[in-house]
Amino acid sequence: MWSFFHKLGSPPWLYRISGSILRWLLPLTLIALCAGAVWGLFYTAPDFRQGNSYRIIYIHVPAAVVALAGYYVMAIAGAVSLIWKMKMADVAMKACAPVGAALTFIALVTGAIWGKPTWGTWWVWDARITSMLILLFLYLGVIALYEAFDNKEAAGKACAVLTLVGTVNIPIIYKSVDWWYSLHQPASIKFTGESSIDPSMLYPLLLMIGSFYALFTCALLMNMRLEILRRESRTGWVRKLVGA
Amino acid sequence: MYFDSLHAALAMEGHGPFVWAAYAITAVVLLTLLLSPVLRSRRLRRDLAGEIRRRETAAGEGRHASGT
Repeated sequence: MWSFFHKLGSPPWLYRISGSILRWLLPLTLIALCAGAVWGLFYTAPDFRQGNSYRIIYIHVPAAVVALAGYYVMAIAGAVSLIWKMKMADVAMKACAPVGAALTFIALVTGAIWGKPTWGTWWVWDARITSMLILLFLYLGVIALYEAFDNKEAAGKACAVLTLVGTVNIPIIYKSVDWWYSLHQPASIKFTGESSIDPSMLYPLLLMIGSFYALFTCALLMNMRLEILRRESRTGWVRKLVGA
Repeated sequence: MYFDSLHAALAMEGHGPFVWAAYAITAVVLLTLLLSPVLRSRRLRRDLAGEIRRRETAAGEGRHASGT
């Protein structure tokens, strides 16, 4: 157990193992994403009230779900780097931010496009949408704050604190559809009790959610590898790796 | 397949522009997300290799100069 944590803290080991994970996970993810999109776009019946516009659900919901899950990863990595000063946790935190920002952006934009034919408007200052916008600003804030410091150790610490303070937003996003009932509909998929979505629509949606989780993992690992190379550029193993 | 023809699939009974725009934007963002670290790490590795080669050449010339 402890030796595993020691290995996790070792940049060359992490670089090697993430490379061998990405070699099969990345192609698999891309295949699953394409399959899920084709399934959702062409092989499901339209929603009886929303018609075909509902097909946006197959990217909107997965992007939003994983954008939120990504924030947990970033917050945990931030906490670990603050408490145990683990360098690789800091790398993971920094690598999360652009991935989370991209997914939150997708959730907001596809939501706006879906809103036009369904609600008759691109945007409302609904609680769910506004709290997702704050999530986007939190992700962008971490990126900007990291770049603002010359001293990367101080940058990591400041970002970790910002990330941890920002976790306040997460339960607000989850509960917003129940607390302030407005245009955005409540959750259709429930872990306990019956989901209010037909199985023929649920299965492609679950495939897409799984694919987006895999995509998050791939993008996170790729960003981490880039950051590891950058930080370790003076060490022997990187010199051997670049093959000079 | 739910749609009768490719044309019907593109039109999606009037919702086509919305659905396709959403999927297109998502595809562009996700591709950028995956390609950006690949391109940046390729550039970084090239720069590092160049830097090491320059330093080795400089060291080699230094040895040569001190030997003569």
